[in-house]
Amino acid sequence: MEAEKIEVKGIKNGLLIEIKPGNWQDREESLLTYIDQNLEFFKGAKLVLDVGERELKPPMLSSLRNALSDREIKLKAVLSTSRTTERASQDLGLEIKLDQSSHLPVQPSINTQLEGDEAVFLKRTLRSGHKVKFPGHIVVLGDVNPGAELVAGGDIIVWGRLRGVVHAGAGGDTDAVVCALDLSPTQLRIADKISVSPPRKGKTRPEIAYLENGQVSAREWNRD
Amino acid sequence: MSAKVITITSGKGGVGKTTATANIGAALASSGQRVACIDADIGLRNLDVVMGLENRIVYDLVDAVEGRCRLNQAMIKDKHIPELYLIPSAQTRDKTAVSPSDMIRLCDELKLDLDWILIDSPAGIERGFKNAIAPADQVIVITNPEISAVRDADRIIGIVEAEEKGTPRLLINRLNPEMVRQNNMLSADDVVDLLAIHLLGIVPEDKNVIISTNKGTPIALDGKSPAGQAYRNIARRIMGEEVPLMDLEKGSGIFSRLSSVFGSGE
Repeated sequence: MEAEKIEVKGIKNGLLIEIKPGNWQDREESLLTYIDQNLEFFKGAKLVLDVGERELKPPMLSSLRNALSDREIKLKAVLSTSRTTERASQDLGLEIKLDQSSHLPVQPSINTQLEGDEAVFLKRTLRSGHKVKFPGHIVVLGDVNPGAELVAGGDIIVWGRLRGVVHAGAGGDTDAVVCALDLSPTQLRIADKISVSPPRKGKTRPEIAYLENGQVSAREWNRD
Repeated sequence: MSAKVITITSGKGGVGKTTATANIGAALASSGQRVACIDADIGLRNLDVVMGLENRIVYDLVDAVEGRCRLNQAMIKDKHIPELYLIPSAQTRDKTAVSPSDMIRLCDELKLDLDWILIDSPAGIERGFKNAIAPADQVIVITNPEISAVRDADRIIGIVEAEEKGTPRLLINRLNPEMVRQNNMLSADDVVDLLAIHLLGIVPEDKNVIISTNKGTPIALDGKSPAGQAYRNIARRIMGEEVPLMDLEKGSGIFSRLSSVFGSGE
């Protein structure tokens, strides 16, 4: 994609696509071409378009909306600084603000709802050559074989055997931990510290690795 | 009836793909199935030598794909078993001479008159491997009980799954029960534990395999060899029979059996 024409970002409930200034027809074409090239990714997505200060009339928006819905993509909202465009969007029943729908209709006076952190969950065996990189936490239900690599901005939890290379706190978070039912990584990194597991003696037990005084330590992973 | 296409692959070289292809092919054919073995290792052909058909090659896989001959002209009939055919690879070309879609087309044409098509994949994960895997209905991954071979098998399984060919089945080749007992070799359990896929069979280390390979007579036709028995069992499992795994303790000599009875042999 020509990055100077459109830009795609993931947002809370869908994708935000910024249409850069320039000829609208050309931009519309670039967008649809890009979507067609990545149809698997976009299919079923909810899109928010940010068209900047561009003035768009209802027919222009509705033709784009139809083109998108032909591709099973829902145009949810159009963001613009232009009053004309905003009115056109409202006429078509589109939202004109980001995340309008995610606001709860009634705000509870005491909010006990927790947001939690972002994590990816993988229920499978990670084999040699597989790599998972995620800015949040990584949770694996399965084995991580030698030659596989996990890189997380946060913690890494493996409910299974961990024998590949793992890096928790890759962004420098020294509080990050790595837990596994069998913690035998080829190499384990937390923040900027690197360690290798000592040869295992005796029975495997769940373990947790963390940083202590700038050193990677591991202890049994249980309730205490 | 339409043939099933089985690709035999490993990632690492030298673990026994070609020997396994020749022997599974021979074992299937000797139980009355119609089988073609295709050597997909273009530029490094071997399967013809192992099957003892080297001197009968007139046309090869690339000739058939490029239309220089009809497909059945490239099919060499086996010396020993009726209804076993080899399509040899070209020695003077390289992997780019054939594309994955060529392989699919070729197999589709072959399927009509056969029960099984076995494809001997080249080592690696590049073009040649992709050619070999493209027409596969089933995949058999071969490994030796060695860390490096198991590691490559793991990688290959991941790629085969990503290509949506289903989970491959595992063949462990050259297992030495004596070394396993002395804790000097990974056991079949160790390998299966790590790779976590269905075990199709275990072929024990057997020096007769090298002799038969050099002679160009598949060991599967040797009624006495343990490796030959293992290949015949594997062929029966491929055909859907339930055959228990061989007891590899047997035939390893009276002394090793005694030592296992009395506990540690050291």
